[in-house]
Amino acid sequence: MIHLTAITRVFRMGDQDVRALSGINLEIASGEYVSIMGPSGSGKTTLLNVLGLLDRPNSGRYELDGRDVTDLSETEQACVRREKIGFVFQSFHLVPRLTAAENIELPLILAGIAPTERKARVDEALLGFDLRDRAQHRPAELSGGQRQRVAIARATILRPTALLADEPTGNLDHHIGAEVMALLEGLHHAGTTLILVTHDRELGARAHRHIAMRDGEIVADEK
Amino acid sequence: MKLRDTLHLSLSSVVSYRTRSLLIVLAMALGVAAVVVLTALGDGARRYVVGKFSSIGTNLIIVLPGRAETAGGFPGAVLAQTPRDLTLEDARFVGQLSQVKRYAPLNVGVVELAAASRLREVTVLGSTADLLPIRHMNLAQGSFLAQGAEYSAQIILGATLAQEFFPHGNVVGQRVRLGDRRFLVSGVLAVQGESMGFNSDELVIIPIDHAQALFNTASLFRILVEARSRSDIVSAKEAIRDTLKRRHDGEDDVTVITQDAVLATFDRILRALTLGVAGIAAISLAVAGILVMNVMLVAVSQRTSEIGLLKAIGAPSADIRLLFFAEALWLSLAGAVLGFVLGQFGSLLIRLVYPQLPAWPPVWASIAGVTIAFVTGILASLLPAARAAQLDPVKALAGR
Repeated sequence: MIHLTAITRVFRMGDQDVRALSGINLEIASGEYVSIMGPSGSGKTTLLNVLGLLDRPNSGRYELDGRDVTDLSETEQACVRREKIGFVFQSFHLVPRLTAAENIELPLILAGIAPTERKARVDEALLGFDLRDRAQHRPAELSGGQRQRVAIARATILRPTALLADEPTGNLDHHIGAEVMALLEGLHHAGTTLILVTHDRELGARAHRHIAMRDGEIVADEK
Repeated sequence: MKLRDTLHLSLSSVVSYRTRSLLIVLAMALGVAAVVVLTALGDGARRYVVGKFSSIGTNLIIVLPGRAETAGGFPGAVLAQTPRDLTLEDARFVGQLSQVKRYAPLNVGVVELAAASRLREVTVLGSTADLLPIRHMNLAQGSFLAQGAEYSAQIILGATLAQEFFPHGNVVGQRVRLGDRRFLVSGVLAVQGESMGFNSDELVIIPIDHAQALFNTASLFRILVEARSRSDIVSAKEAIRDTLKRRHDGEDDVTVITQDAVLATFDRILRALTLGVAGIAAISLAVAGILVMNVMLVAVSQRTSEIGLLKAIGAPSADIRLLFFAEALWLSLAGAVLGFVLGQFGSLLIRLVYPQLPAWPPVWASIAGVTIAFVTGILASLLPAARAAQLDPVKALAGR
């Protein structure tokens, strides 16, 4: 499903070049549960951004579902992101002025889906993520766990093939974090490819495949 | 993203940032209202002046002795001296022209009026019966100078004079003394107020022959001529000039002014003035546009992470650009509508406070004000919208 060949990403910091990713070769099959771990600055978030088509590598080739997506135009990349990839962020990234239901609805609006179908799918998601009684609440009125559930509902509302989670429990306490992880793993069991970036060893150990990074390179890849 | 959803999402953003939106709308609205009110004032002044001018007569041509020409002499000597005066005989010849409907020779002077043991100096107009219809004057009592009765010693009093000299009414038939001559009051003018420098309420009108005798002159101050129709004015003007030139031994020594020309000049001047004030008001709209741009740029930087998120969940740059563009559209629309309403209300207030000033905002000004607000708002949104669309999603998500 995901096939990276010699991916390099270099950032310019002042007058210095910083290699965030250095010749990454990686293959992730459909339905896998992968954790990417490593210390700060190891390149794991950059890798996730490249996988999610938020960032373009300086060189290398990225194939997603058999299609070369490395040099797609900005609009085509946005379309691929919308259809195939869901993001879950540490800081939730909910739109503060929109209600929980409206936040979940956003990808459907961007995809141009009709309002009646949107409503049905949002209702289904609210039910599935146990958010029905919080539907009309704004993010500021929700707990951390509820906010992350809204974010996950939003990330999965278009049924993406891959779910990219960047420290999804980083802003949650242990108990709520475990609940959120159970939710994500439930989605994985239902067939979604789950790629988890974390520096929490315990959390990373839950994945079926563990990738360790250091200085922009993959230093271990174990199942 | 569908257009409907773009409009809905942008509207929800405009509504949720209430204070910011209100300030922009208010700035826009004040700009539009300024255009509407100031043009209403300018156009009202134009209509007022033109109306005043029109009220002195219809298809009016004024003949003055002397010729406006460049001549040596002290500044201000606009009309050079002429050896020939305008005479009653000249006026009669002018009156016989086919393009002329009616005419009234005019003499003016200041003489002492005495009656009922009261005394005051008054402006005296010497003319004929046709002065009344030519100058659109009305009588409150009695009759005007009878047609063909130039020799009878009649006098018409202005409304104020009639009131001052004969406070108990009963004016018609009274005897008055004007200078060293006695006159019989045959009528009283209706209250008309001041118009073109003459306060018709404080003047008296006597037959032209008596006026000439009183002022000891054979020349005329003016000849007022009414052309048969508007289309006859130009040919009447030429015919008058030709006739008088012939009568004055081939010398073109009169000045012929048409009311139309004077009106057109005033109309042009006041139209230019209206456009001028509209232009000044439009500058305030441009300032409002810059305010919109400023606030939208701040909004983009405040909502960087929201823009990043939208990109992450699959919004192409075009959608982001459209969202900000639509926000500016809503703000401009609200500003334009509110400004239009405020402008109409302001004009109404002016009309209520100054009923004599017809301060109706011209349609073109309202349309121009609203359109400029719209265009300014949209232009002002282009830069912020482009900036939002160009944001790098990774940096935007990090709030940078």
